[in-house]
Amino acid sequence: MSAVKRIALKEAKQEAARSRLDGVTRPEGGAWITSARENAMARLLEMGLPGRRDEYWKYTRPDPLTQAAVPTAAVFEHDDTPVFEEIDRLRIVFVDGVFDAEASDSLALTGVEIERLESAATSDIHWAQGLYGALEERGQNPVERPLAAFNTAMASEGVLIRVTGRPERPINLIYRHKSDCSDVIFHHVVRLEDGADVTLLENGPAAARLNTVMEIEVGAGAGFHHVRAQGRDHERHAVTHMFARLAADSVFKSFTLTANGKLTRNECVVELCGDDAVAHVAGACLGDGDFLHDDTVFVTHDAVNCESRQVFKKVLRNGATGVFQGKILVKAGAQKTDGYQKSQSLLLDGDSQFLAKPELEIYADDVACSHGSTSGAIDDEALFYLRSRGVSVVDATDLLTLAFLAEAVEEIENPELAEELYGRLDGWLTRRRSR
Amino acid sequence: MLEIKGLKVELEEEDKQILKGVNLTVEPGKVHAIMGPNGSGKSTLSYVLSGRDGYKVTEGSATLDGQDLLAMDPEERATIGLFLAFQYPVEIPGVGNMTFLRTAVNAQRKARGEDEMSATEFLKVIRAKAKTLKIDAEMLKRPVNVGFSGGEKKRNEILQMAMLEPKMCILDETDSGLDVDAMKLVADGVNALRSEERGFLVITHYQRLLDHIKPDVVHIMADGRIVKSGGPELALEVENNGYADILAEVA
Repeated sequence: MSAVKRIALKEAKQEAARSRLDGVTRPEGGAWITSARENAMARLLEMGLPGRRDEYWKYTRPDPLTQAAVPTAAVFEHDDTPVFEEIDRLRIVFVDGVFDAEASDSLALTGVEIERLESAATSDIHWAQGLYGALEERGQNPVERPLAAFNTAMASEGVLIRVTGRPERPINLIYRHKSDCSDVIFHHVVRLEDGADVTLLENGPAAARLNTVMEIEVGAGAGFHHVRAQGRDHERHAVTHMFARLAADSVFKSFTLTANGKLTRNECVVELCGDDAVAHVAGACLGDGDFLHDDTVFVTHDAVNCESRQVFKKVLRNGATGVFQGKILVKAGAQKTDGYQKSQSLLLDGDSQFLAKPELEIYADDVACSHGSTSGAIDDEALFYLRSRGVSVVDATDLLTLAFLAEAVEEIENPELAEELYGRLDGWLTRRRSR
Repeated sequence: MLEIKGLKVELEEEDKQILKGVNLTVEPGKVHAIMGPNGSGKSTLSYVLSGRDGYKVTEGSATLDGQDLLAMDPEERATIGLFLAFQYPVEIPGVGNMTFLRTAVNAQRKARGEDEMSATEFLKVIRAKAKTLKIDAEMLKRPVNVGFSGGEKKRNEILQMAMLEPKMCILDETDSGLDVDAMKLVADGVNALRSEERGFLVITHYQRLLDHIKPDVVHIMADGRIVKSGGPELALEVENNGYADILAEVA
């Protein structure tokens, strides 16, 4: 691309950002958050909105996520028990982005302080002051993520969680969707003090269109465990970003299940800043028909003897599309790095497609990094073996599909939570049979 | 019980005839052995009977208790009592051995209109059967055949056979890759299943398995046909003189 063309393209993106913000009411708040929002706004105006010509958006059209008009999404009616219902947890419920006090539990839990962004924003100083937007800003380099800056500038709802101990129950953010045209922005901040440990659950479709940012600061020796089940509403659009920074000896584990949805882009940006830290990011997705799911992961190793692991599995049929963009960046000096990346798709028919861009960029000389990306159909040999034992072709296919996804689900350490998600996967496959 | 008449089979992909008119009847309670040199069509016969893709039957029939096997899906064949112990058991990552066996047992029961086996009952039965085959709890928990040694895979085949209690068992080179001790264990497992109602078709290269699983009838297969049948002494003849003499004799 010529320099002239590049400048013209940048200007067009900036213009798109300006016109997108034109006439939009900006949230109000106290001094600390106003300054964070203004900084994010400046970042966004400089970067501009993502466009179809951007390399980082080569496989996924950003338009439905960036445009002013909300693409509507019908609410998915079902009478299944919501996921995590059997788990003893602290519930924080939002309906189309609005906090539902009645459906939520009291926000009191030993070892953790939980506050809603809306109330925290009115104060002039807050513990989240140095964090809100800060990890997002760090995550803008070397790849721009304008929709995350947009989120920081515009979000008025979310939760701020400061973990000081080891709360005995998980915290569950529940996102209900009731309106066909809801357009929701959440910005969460989680800070784990040294040695703290928490499990955070998220579930539900949230809105017709969703933009979520979660910033997670993991202190030395702390553990963050995250399990997310994105809602099943077929027409929903969502972009989510997780920005995590890990101190020495800390652990970060995140798993996401995505079933259905017209467009989902889940970005995860992890920075291993302290020695001996561990980050595992995993996901399983199931798509049927008008479905695009994009996992974009960027892991930076900037300390010695850290481990990172990415395991993403996608089951696609009837023209569904899966995207994986995963990068491991090992900075100079990040010796003894153990980086692993696996992205696989199971294509249940010839109409579906999987687009993968695995990347390694390594500036240290004593590291072990590997990546593998595959795309394939159900294994005929395994299918025949199962059938020869009397298992019907439909049951055998489902069994092998679940087996394919198992490697990702196994990344969830808590067996009770893993069982919940297996139940979801099984349910999805069972429902597909009657069609 | 198993009746194969004039069975002619080609490979689907290429115009190559593998079976050129096989006739064979296995009676209930009997053990028939098929021996023969490489490429004679022994394994093809086992695959065609169990319903594997890639083969085209051009002539002949195969029935189990009068039911047309060749018209059935592999799972239906299993349900009416046909079992193939694979020469190369397939590894299935992500599916626990126990889950696999329970799914198979209950699928067959359901297809036959019987009640499914409860988890407790299943566990009781499988533990007892696994013990005699020296299959430990760890092996039952692991994914199907993943990381199993050659001997473990074959014992796992016999365990499946013991759990599914088929009428007609086909063992495709179950002795390949086994040391003497493992072969003894597998043979004991098979012998424990021998009964008046059950038929066996044992496919093997070597006579040694037949020292442990005593056959009633031995067939020699060559170039897609059964060229000679006889008693157990036929296996000894092969052991001593190789196939060349027999093949020369029938040529």
